[in-house]
Amino acid sequence: MKFLTQIRASALVLAASVSLSALAGDITGAGATFPYAAYTKWAEAYKAANGSAVNYQGIGSGGGIKQIKAKTVDFAGTDAPLVVADLEADKLVQFPAVIGGATIVVNLPGMNSGDLKLDGDTAADIFRGTITKWNDPRITRLNPGKTLPATAITVCHRSDGSGTTFVFSNYMAKQSGAFKQTVGAGTVVNWPANGVGGKGNPGVAANVQKIAGAIGYVDYADALKNKLVFVALKNKAGNFVLPTQAAMADAAANSDFKVKGMAPDMLDQPGKNTWPIVSATYILAFEHADAAKQKSVVDFFTWSLNNGKKMAEDLGFVALPPAVVKLVEAEMKRIK
Amino acid sequence: MSDAATPIGDEAHARQVGKFKRQDRIFQFVTMGFAALVLASLLGVLLSLAMKAWPALSHFGPSFLWSNVWSVPDNRFGALIAIYGTLATSVIALLIAVPISFGIALFLTETCPVWLRRPLGTAVELLAGVPSIIYGIWGLFIFAPLFAEHVEPALQSVFGDVPLLGQLFAGAPIGIGILSAGIVLSLMVIPFIASVMRDVFETVPPVLKESAYGLGCTTWEVVRHIVLPYTSVGVIGGIMLGLGRALGETMAVTFVIGNSNRIVGSLFAPGNSIASSLANEFAEADPGLHISSLFALGLVLFVITFVVLSISRWLIRRNLGSEGI
Repeated sequence: MKFLTQIRASALVLAASVSLSALAGDITGAGATFPYAAYTKWAEAYKAANGSAVNYQGIGSGGGIKQIKAKTVDFAGTDAPLVVADLEADKLVQFPAVIGGATIVVNLPGMNSGDLKLDGDTAADIFRGTITKWNDPRITRLNPGKTLPATAITVCHRSDGSGTTFVFSNYMAKQSGAFKQTVGAGTVVNWPANGVGGKGNPGVAANVQKIAGAIGYVDYADALKNKLVFVALKNKAGNFVLPTQAAMADAAANSDFKVKGMAPDMLDQPGKNTWPIVSATYILAFEHADAAKQKSVVDFFTWSLNNGKKMAEDLGFVALPPAVVKLVEAEMKRIK
Repeated sequence: MSDAATPIGDEAHARQVGKFKRQDRIFQFVTMGFAALVLASLLGVLLSLAMKAWPALSHFGPSFLWSNVWSVPDNRFGALIAIYGTLATSVIALLIAVPISFGIALFLTETCPVWLRRPLGTAVELLAGVPSIIYGIWGLFIFAPLFAEHVEPALQSVFGDVPLLGQLFAGAPIGIGILSAGIVLSLMVIPFIASVMRDVFETVPPVLKESAYGLGCTTWEVVRHIVLPYTSVGVIGGIMLGLGRALGETMAVTFVIGNSNRIVGSLFAPGNSIASSLANEFAEADPGLHISSLFALGLVLFVITFVVLSISRWLIRRNLGSEGI
C-alpha cells in the first residue's frame, strides 16, 4: 500500500526463489500490500526477540492466494477474504491479523477536518460523478451555515489495484445501488470521467493536496501522515463521525468474528461513534504442511498478536481486540 | 618482415594456419551464439506474450483493439484507451522535443563558443542519465501544480473560444493529464534526441561547411543545405530513438497522466497509457481475463514499437537511396 513498499515488492518478487531456500525455522509469506508495513515491523521485532526470520513479500492479494495454493509460501496475506467453500476446498485456515480503515479526504479552501459532513448516499453520488460541483444542493443541505464554492469536484482514486479500493468501493456499493451499478466494487473499479488516479495511497494523498476541489479516499495512516482534511461521515447510528483509531476499534468490537472463515462484514457497523469504513486483512495458511514451518507460522502470529499491538497502532492500523486474539489463537490450532 | 623473419617449414606453417582457422571458426560460432541469443530471447518474449494474451484476444476478438471499455468489475477489456494515451503523449512529446533538440544540437555544433561546448554537451548527456522516476516525482510535485495554476488557465483563455481547438483545452485545469504527461516525456527524450543529433552533425566534413561559408552562405543556409542533407539519416534515427523511449516510458507517465480509463477529447483530461496501465494493475490483477488482457496490452505495445522501428529503418533506407551516398 505504501508507494515505496510497492517498488520494493516488485523487486522482491524476483528475489522470491532465492528466499525460499532459507533456513529451517525461517518462513516466507506473500500477498496483500496493505498490511505490508505491519507484518514487516512485526517480523523485524520477532527476529530480534526470537531469532527466526519471517519474510513477507507485498505482491498483492491475488498473487498471495496464487502462491499459497501453489505451496511456494508458508502463509499468504489477503485483503479480500476467501469464502468458506474455497477455504474448505483447498484445506486452508483463515484468520484476521490487523484492522485498518479508509477515510474520505478533501481539499477545499478554509475547511478543516470535520468541517464538511457527508452521508453515505451523497458521498456515493460524488464518487460516481453525478454530483459534480461543491455547491450542489445535496451537499449544502448536509452542511447548513457553510459556504461551499462553485468549484468542480475532482475525484481522486487509486490507479493501481488495491485493498483500500476494495474496502471503500464495497462500502459505497452498500450505501448506493447506483454506485454498485456504475462504478462497481473490487480492487479496480470504473471511476467517473472527473476522476484522477494516483499510484498508492501516497499518490492519491498527493493529488488531493495538489488539486483544489479534490475529494479522495486514503487509508487512515497515510491521511494522518499527509495532514489531510477528513470528512465527517454519517454512520449507521446517524452520527457524523471522524475517523480515529478508537472509532475503528469500535467497528472491530461490534463485528462477530465467530463466523466460519473469521471474516464478518465490518462495514457500517452499529455503535454511536463507530467509523463505518473498516476492514480486517487476513492470513491464509494450510491446515497440514511441513510441521516445523507450520509451527513457525503459528508462533510468529501468536507472538505478533500479543506483542505487536503498539507497533501496529503506531503505523496507523488498529490491533485486533483481545477477545478476537483469543479466537484467532483457537483457530490457529488447526494449523499443523 | 620478410628476410629477417625466422624461416619456418611448410608443414609447421600449415599447422599454424590450420590452428588459426580453427580459432577463427570457434570465435565465429561463439559470437554467432551471442547474436542468436538476442534473437531467441526476442522471439521468446513475443511468444510468451502472445500465449498469455491469447485467452483475452480469443474472447474479445479483434475488437479488443478498438474497444474503449476497460472495466474490471464487468470483466470487459479493450485496448483503445491505452493505445490512445500512449500515442497522444508520445506525439506531444515529439512535437515539443524535436525542434528544441534540433536547436540544442545546432547551437552546440555551429554557434556555441568553444569553451562552452564541453560543459553544455556534458550537461545534456547527464540529463539523459536521470532515472525516469525522478522525472515522475518532479512532474507530480513541482511541475503539475505550476502547470495547473499558470499554464493551463492561460491556454484556456487563449484557445478556449476557438472552435475545435478549444475542445483540446477543455475541462478543469488540474495539471495532471495527457498534455502534462506529454510535456514531461518531451523533457525526458530531449537529451536523447539532442545528443544523437549533435553527434551526427559533428560528422559533417568541415571542408563542405567551410566551402559553403566561403561562398557566402549564412549559418542557416549551411545547416539547411549542407548539414541536414548530409545527416538526415542520423537525425531520423535520433528522433526514432526518442520515440521508442516515449512509447515505453512507464513510471514518469504513471505519475502525471492521471490514470483514468476514459477517453475525453481534451488534452487536459487524465488518461492512461499502455505502460502505465500495466504498471498500475498487474500487482492486484485477478487471474483470468484481466491478467490476460494486460498481457494483450503488452503485446500491442511490443507491436507498436516494432512497427515504429521498422518504419524508421525503411525511411532511413529510402533516404540513403535518394541521396546516392
